Amino acid sequence: MGERQVELEVLRYNPETDREPHFQRYSVACREEWVVLDALNHVKETLDPTLSYRWSCHMAVCGSCGMMVNGEPKLACKTFLRNYHGVIRVEPLRHFPIERDLVTVIDDFVAKLTRVKPYLIPKEPKSVEAGEYRQTPAQLKRYKQFTLCINCMLCYAACPEYGLIPDYLGPAALSLAHRYNQDSRDGGRGERQEELASKEGVWECSFVGACSEVCPEHVDPAAAIQQVKIRSTLDWYQEHLMPWLKK
Amino acid sequence: MAKSNKPIVWGPFAAGGTVTAFVTPALIVLTLLVALGATPELLQYDALLAFMRHGLVEVVAAGVVFVSLWSAAHRLRITCYDLGVRADTLVATVVYAVALAGTAAAIVYLSRL
Repeated sequence: MGERQVELEVLRYNPETDREPHFQRYSVACREEWVVLDALNHVKETLDPTLSYRWSCHMAVCGSCGMMVNGEPKLACKTFLRNYHGVIRVEPLRHFPIERDLVTVIDDFVAKLTRVKPYLIPKEPKSVEAGEYRQTPAQLKRYKQFTLCINCMLCYAACPEYGLIPDYLGPAALSLAHRYNQDSRDGGRGERQEELASKEGVWECSFVGACSEVCPEHVDPAAAIQQVKIRSTLDWYQEHLMPWLKK
Repeated sequence: MAKSNKPIVWGPFAAGGTVTAFVTPALIVLTLLVALGATPELLQYDALLAFMRHGLVEVVAAGVVFVSLWSAAHRLRITCYDLGVRADTLVATVVYAVALAGTAAAIVYLSRL
């Protein structure tokens, strides 16, 4: 349980007084086992109470503390200081407007998530008396990994397509939509497809795969998007070449 | 929001990627075998020529050539965009035209076997 002196370079921006964001250096006495979030908390408690950032659970569940650490999208609560040497540069998540310091404006993501209807749309109404919806382990396995998304938006910060094309729905919204499409209890694929199969849906993805690499929960959004592309392609052929097969 | 017509170009691209993943390693192994002079009896020139002259094989071969070229063309189009060439319509027209020309050439050669 040693101590180490860590140099943090944190992006600061106060919309009321600053015209441009700038970096501020903090030298922090840290414990060996600390993560970046611990160091930020220490700064806020002892050095600079004006520093703003989001966090809540400190255990990689809430998805609030996503930020760029040395240029990579990371959860600050899961990023150990001992894995870094020299100055650690901490910035707000890339591709999002800055609200203040490390806090970003996430309205765009929330709006997109709402559009893809990430909730169960039952195939047919079922009364409580009729009992629960049953599911086999195999049916559960088809979508389970996609339920692990914590909406931390690291994948949006990693995705070069989202950076180029802000209208793109993006990895998390698409893979969460896919999570419900894959659920045997769900009947909402047709509704979601209006968003997913549009140009701003899966078709802006060029399969870079960065989303799956940075995901702290090991979800594979790139795979979800590829699966939606295949389904959408089959849909398209069916709708245009075999119109008599109308659902 | 309107559904995209991207599946027209993406379908053959995906099919081509899958096909070439299987065909390319086989072609490399066969080429190496021939280069080393270890051609199996079944793959002698006369045997292969007779095989390729079969109508069904010709159709399949033309299909493989089409999806492979289309896949490469589409990959190149996306790469151009990612490298900053934003004249997407022009790039798409050129690369897909090359793929179609290559397919046409393959059909001509196959029919002359």
